[in-house]
Amino acid sequence: MFLGHAITAQQLYGQLLVGLINGSFYALLSLGLAVIFGMLNIVNFAHGALYMVGAFVAYFLLHGLGLNYWWALIGSPLIVGALGALIERTLLYRLRGLDPLYGLLLTFGLALVIQRLFQNYFGASGLPYDIPPGLSGPPRNLGFMYLPNYRAWVIVFSAAVCFSTWFLIEKTKLGAYLRAATENPTLVRAFGVNVPRMITLTYGFGVALAALAGVLAAPINQVRPGMGADIIAVVFAVVVIGGMGSILGSIVTGFVLGMVEGLTKVFYPEASNTVIFVIMAIVLLIKPAGLFGRVA
Amino acid sequence: MREPASAAAEPLLAVAGLQAWYGESHILHGVDFDVRQGEVVTLLGRNGAGKTTTLKAIMGIVAKRKGSAKIAGGETIGLSSDRIARLGVAICPEERGVFASLNVRENLMLPPKIAREGGLTLERIFTLFPNLAERLNSGGGKLSGGEQQMLAIARILRTGARFLMLDEPTEGLAPVIIQQIGRTIAELKREGFTILLVEQNFRFASTVADRYFVMEHGRVIDAFADSQLSANMEKLHEYLGV
Repeated sequence: MFLGHAITAQQLYGQLLVGLINGSFYALLSLGLAVIFGMLNIVNFAHGALYMVGAFVAYFLLHGLGLNYWWALIGSPLIVGALGALIERTLLYRLRGLDPLYGLLLTFGLALVIQRLFQNYFGASGLPYDIPPGLSGPPRNLGFMYLPNYRAWVIVFSAAVCFSTWFLIEKTKLGAYLRAATENPTLVRAFGVNVPRMITLTYGFGVALAALAGVLAAPINQVRPGMGADIIAVVFAVVVIGGMGSILGSIVTGFVLGMVEGLTKVFYPEASNTVIFVIMAIVLLIKPAGLFGRVA
Repeated sequence: MREPASAAAEPLLAVAGLQAWYGESHILHGVDFDVRQGEVVTLLGRNGAGKTTTLKAIMGIVAKRKGSAKIAGGETIGLSSDRIARLGVAICPEERGVFASLNVRENLMLPPKIAREGGLTLERIFTLFPNLAERLNSGGGKLSGGEQQMLAIARILRTGARFLMLDEPTEGLAPVIIQQIGRTIAELKREGFTILLVEQNFRFASTVADRYFVMEHGRVIDAFADSQLSANMEKLHEYLGV
């Protein structure tokens, strides 16, 4: 039933590559969501919209200021991160200590506003963003498949960013402050640490990761107002499967589920759109806290 | 922190008419007491008297407070807890608050230095608490009750805070560890630290305290010096229902 036709190695590796690419975005986005949820106890529905804004900022930097992709890789996360800090400081901070439902509603509203604003000005179709010159050119011939340079870059860079973030959080003093403030913010503040400022910066950092994913996605998916909404549902499923509590869990789950999606496209293409949601349903039945989640 | 010129100098902590709430619950109804520089003062009272709430109110970590709590002459009602901490105050909470997602070293090094001098060196801390030196890489959640208590005290000693508030430091601990904590408090007192202690175990408190305030229903109902302790023993038994 599945193998109605022969699968070529080319198809298999091709889809695995696409799976790894998608997995990179799932990992980066669910990492940002997990960090924000840990510190703020808010499910950041605006995450997809800010990923989209990240891609648009890259476009504006190029066409407005003549700053190329490499500038955008730093500039867009900084700009969108600052925007995130502003959102936290003006809007989200009013919800501190309240039911997480309020945070969900506010960020959901933000997502709709941001997306419709961009749709209003730029229409629903995409704006082009070229692959940067350093990474374009003919794909490398690895023997068993062809590996496009830009796609290889996306995977390696995403993995490096994810690993660096994990290292920062789990192994450094700055990360210790983050972990402690996630566990007991009142006590950390009573030691003299400006916890409210930490919370603002954490939200900014989380959305900066989303913007970075947006810049990486721009040459592949083009820059569209709907790109955030398209990806956010899957990212939430990834986060539910991985469990919100674990940094490493979100990274690993993101990459693995991307590959699972890719493999499904090869062997049972009809299910590829829904396989992650099916897995989510199964995980919720067996281990509701998520595969790497801690039961509160 | 300011050095006092004499015993008649302003108290380090002066609490007057302090009221505090947890959410809707009105816990403190007007607490009055003071702590002088270099003293060890103990708050005594039954469970629910408001002793822990008093410490939390001074630290600024209750939902709402009214009244007056002056530290080194400056009013602190209205300040956030991080600003109060930076005045040189540190709290060791009843639940200890050891972070499970950090290891012992990270827990120990977490509270930032709020004064350039005045804090204990790591060497000194490991002399006081040798067990901690052996457990530096253990996760915070893996420590025994005694080790957690020692860590909770040790980590505020590094910071340079000279006014320490200890909430039931001997609760649930073995006698050997209780003695160790008693020796530590006596050493800190010799070095000029000021300590506000909450203790149910007044026999332990009597080994270190200079003065006692008895609390009941969110108010201070009695006070006496250490020299008057034996004279007040019967009254104390009544207050504490022991």
